This record gives sequence, C-alpha cells and structure tokens, in this order.
Amino acid sequence: MNKTLTCIGCPMGCLIEVELDEAGNFLSSKGWSCNIGKRYAQEEVTAPVRTVTALVNVTDRTEPLSVKTAAPVPKSSIFDCLSDLRKLKVQAPVHIGDVVTDNVAGTGIAVVATKNIL
Amino acid sequence: MTNIDILIIGGGPAGLAAAVGAYEAGARDILILEREEALGGILKQCIHNGFGLHTFKEELTGPEYAQRYIDKVLSYEIPYQLNSMVLDISADKVVTCVSHENGVQQFKAGAIILCMGCRERPRGALGIPGERCAGIFTAGTAQKLVNLEGYMPGKKVVILGSGDIGLIMARRMTFVGAEVLCCVELMPYSSGLKRNIVQCLDDYNIPLYLSHTVVDISGKERVTGVTIAEVDSSLKPVPGTEQYFECDTLLLSVGLLPENELSEMAGVSLSPNTSGAVVDESLQTSVPGIFAAGNVLHVHDLVDFVSQEAELAGKNAALYVSSSEHTGNEPGFRQVVMGNGVNAIVPQKISATPSQDVRMMFRPRAVYKKAQIVASIGDTVLYTKKAKILAPGEMVNFTLSKVSLSSADVNEPLNVMIKEAA
Repeated sequence: MNKTLTCIGCPMGCLIEVELDEAGNFLSSKGWSCNIGKRYAQEEVTAPVRTVTALVNVTDRTEPLSVKTAAPVPKSSIFDCLSDLRKLKVQAPVHIGDVVTDNVAGTGIAVVATKNIL
Repeated sequence: MTNIDILIIGGGPAGLAAAVGAYEAGARDILILEREEALGGILKQCIHNGFGLHTFKEELTGPEYAQRYIDKVLSYEIPYQLNSMVLDISADKVVTCVSHENGVQQFKAGAIILCMGCRERPRGALGIPGERCAGIFTAGTAQKLVNLEGYMPGKKVVILGSGDIGLIMARRMTFVGAEVLCCVELMPYSSGLKRNIVQCLDDYNIPLYLSHTVVDISGKERVTGVTIAEVDSSLKPVPGTEQYFECDTLLLSVGLLPENELSEMAGVSLSPNTSGAVVDESLQTSVPGIFAAGNVLHVHDLVDFVSQEAELAGKNAALYVSSSEHTGNEPGFRQVVMGNGVNAIVPQKISATPSQDVRMMFRPRAVYKKAQIVASIGDTVLYTKKAKILAPGEMVNFTLSKVSLSSADVNEPLNVMIKEAA
C-alpha cells in the first residue's frame, strides 16, 4: 500500500511517496530531498507530531502573549494543549524563551514565550 | 533639514535587514523610519512558526525572527524613529516625515531604501456583490485583532482566497475556538504554500473549494451567511452551483499589493507586472540612489528571501554613498525578457558587467509539472534546471554568474522561460 504525503518540513513541500505493508507499518519512502523529509514521512504515518503556537493571557493586559511548544507534540493532543493554555495567565514582564509551563497537557513538553512583553 | 547617508523607509523585516546590510558594508550614518509603535512589521502578528529555516537553520515564529534582526540593529546602534509617517519623497531624495514627537521633519538622504512592504487587497478591489454589513475582514486584519489585540473577530468563518495568510488564519481561528466552514479559491490551484494547506486545512478537515468564489454576502447589521458558486474556465460563476453557508464572518485572503505611493512620488518607475519598482541587479530603481527591497518590490512567500534581498539592497546603498562619482554614463543595461510561463521577474534589467552574481526571481504563471527553467542570451544557455513541479504559489529563484553575463553583448536580452514537458 502506498501513501502520498506533502512534506511540511520547509516551504519546498516535497511530495513523498510512502510504502506501507498491509498492517500499515512503514516500509520505505522516496521523494524527499533532505533528512527532515525522510524523518517526517516515517513519523507522519506512524506518530504524527506538530509544533503548536498559541496565545496566553497576560494579567492586566489586553495584548496576549504568543507562545509555542518547545518541541512538536503528538497531533492528537493539539486541542488538549490549547485548552490547557487557555486556562493560563502569566505576569509581565515576559521574554522570548521564558517557560510558560513545563508540561503541557501531560505531553511532557514545555511551552515557551515567543515575544517580549515588558 | 538633516543630512543622512542612508535613509530606510519602513522598519519591518526588509527595513531591518537593509539596515544590517548597510551597516555591515561600512555605512554608519543610517536612519530607519517606522510608522508603527514598534519595529518588526507584519512579523509581529505572525505568531505561527516556520520562519528562518534558510537564514537561521531553525524554525522560528514571526516575532522571534523579527527580534533576531532587531537585536542586530540595536547592537550596531543603528538609529530608528518610531511612530513616524513618511509623507513625501522627492526625486532629489528629500524625505518629509511627520510624527507626534518631532512634528514635521525633512531629511536629505544620500541613498534611500524603500522597504514599505505591501497591504492586502480589500473587498472593494474585488467587487463582491451583497450587503455591506459588519463581519468582513481581510485575513491580516483578523490576524492582528486575534494575535496582537486579543479580540475575537467572529465565531463561524468562511475564508475567501487561499493565500498563505488565509490558510494560517483558518488554523488560528480554529485554535481560538471558532468554526471554520471552508476556504474558497477562485483559481483551480491554491496560491498558498503546500505545507500550509497540509498543516492549516487538511489537519483540521477544513474543506478547500477550488474554482469557487463568493457570489453573495447576506446580513443587514452583521454577516449572516455567504453564497459560494463554482466558476467556469473563464472564472465566471456557473448558475445552479450555488451553496449557502450560514456564518458571521468572511475573511479575505485575496492577494497583496506592494505599497508604492511614496515610490511614485519620487518618480520611481513601476513594473505593471510586479506592481513594484523596476530595478537592476543591485536593486537600484530608475531613480539613482533609491533602492527597493522586500514586499514593496515584489511579494515574497518567505521572509528569509526578503531579508537576503534587503541585505543586498543595504550593501549596495552603502556602496552607492561611498563611491564619489555617479556620472550617469555607466554602460547600459541588458533587458530581461519574460518567456513562456514566467511572471513578475526581478530584476528587470542587468548591468552590462555586473559586479556580483545575479539572483533572479520570478513566479510561474500556472502549475507546470516536469518542467524546465531555462535562462539564455541568444543561443547561449546560462542556466537550466529541471523541476518536478512549479506553481504560482512558490517563487522560483536562481543565480546567474557575473562572468557568463558579462561576456555576452549587452544589447541582447536575457530570456527566462519555462519549458513544458512534451
């Protein structure tokens, strides 16, 4: 069985052909032009992940803080991460890279600030 | 009137990189004029990731990418002035600017770098029929409301146009709790990056209707729904294909227009093709000493290329002010001709003997599979590359060596074309 994916590793968007066995296990892939694509293809058919960017409320400010997961989280937990982050409230000042939470939605992955609010 | 060697109009990604480029090439008397209250331009509101893969070899969000350049500008102690709106540029490079803090100011610049970026096409530019109710936003306006100001523009959303900002906003609106019903694209292909279609629509099962458009907007005070219809090959709606979507918000992501009012005041010639200035390979416009870079020159897909282009403009502006003579008698330019499948090429002309290798950029006119990019002068092929797929959504760029350009007769044009598979 074959599956065609569009690589999201960079804006090239390589079309990757993935070969799977009958049980859906990864066999091989082709069409990528770098290791990011090679890794993405295998991951995407077995355990897809995404970096989540979101907004967090800041005490006494209307301007929200933009944040991102420090590493990609399982695709299936995106909305759990978002609802976790919606409950948070941080205090200014915040700087790029400051940890907002060290384990979002039980993924074990931290969320960090992506802008400065002084 | 204050004299400034290099004046940069705009403190977004292009302006910041132009300042860095000029400084690193030796210029010291530089000033950035920015109309907003902070540096960073549109990157401030682009909180998604995917920026900087080419430049920093890592994936950054917009504000993080901007901060890298802001930090450089600060460490070089390059002066900048915020909340300062440029009102006029004259052909002899006098810039008039107004701000609360300083009132009206005039600067006489040795060189100017135009880095004003672009703005979104609004509803009025499309002529969509229907009611004139609230709830119709450009995607970038909605992005600013959500990401910078903390407001929710609507709860049930239809998006017209599949440009990158529209796609990004489809995901953002989903993330902040809205329901995105569909994304509607007039053309048979999306003008957005493929990775954005995967990550912003496919991931959240948001349907993309290609070859469709909005034919009616309903609602008296606020949008209550939109009607979409399929279009035929001449982009005319096909009767009987209408579908109604109940919604309270319509986002428009229907193209970007370089913001060149100031360029025109200075007498800079514009290309009808890019809506930006006509430039040579040093990114100098038709007015000597005025350079252009970034989205004001031509609309880019990737900020990395904006930064590269603007750094080059900054470097060349520094060279311009440091060289004492500008006789205007430099040997002429070779014209660049757009052949089959090539649109919006930059630069449009190249010096007879360029001092550096020349970066060419263009957009394919349509989707081409298994095609070949060919650049030639007369019978001499300077560059050729095979491509699995070419699409209008992804800018093509390649480099021509100065040696091969210099050896050909300057009166013969450079032809760039896409050779389609037989």
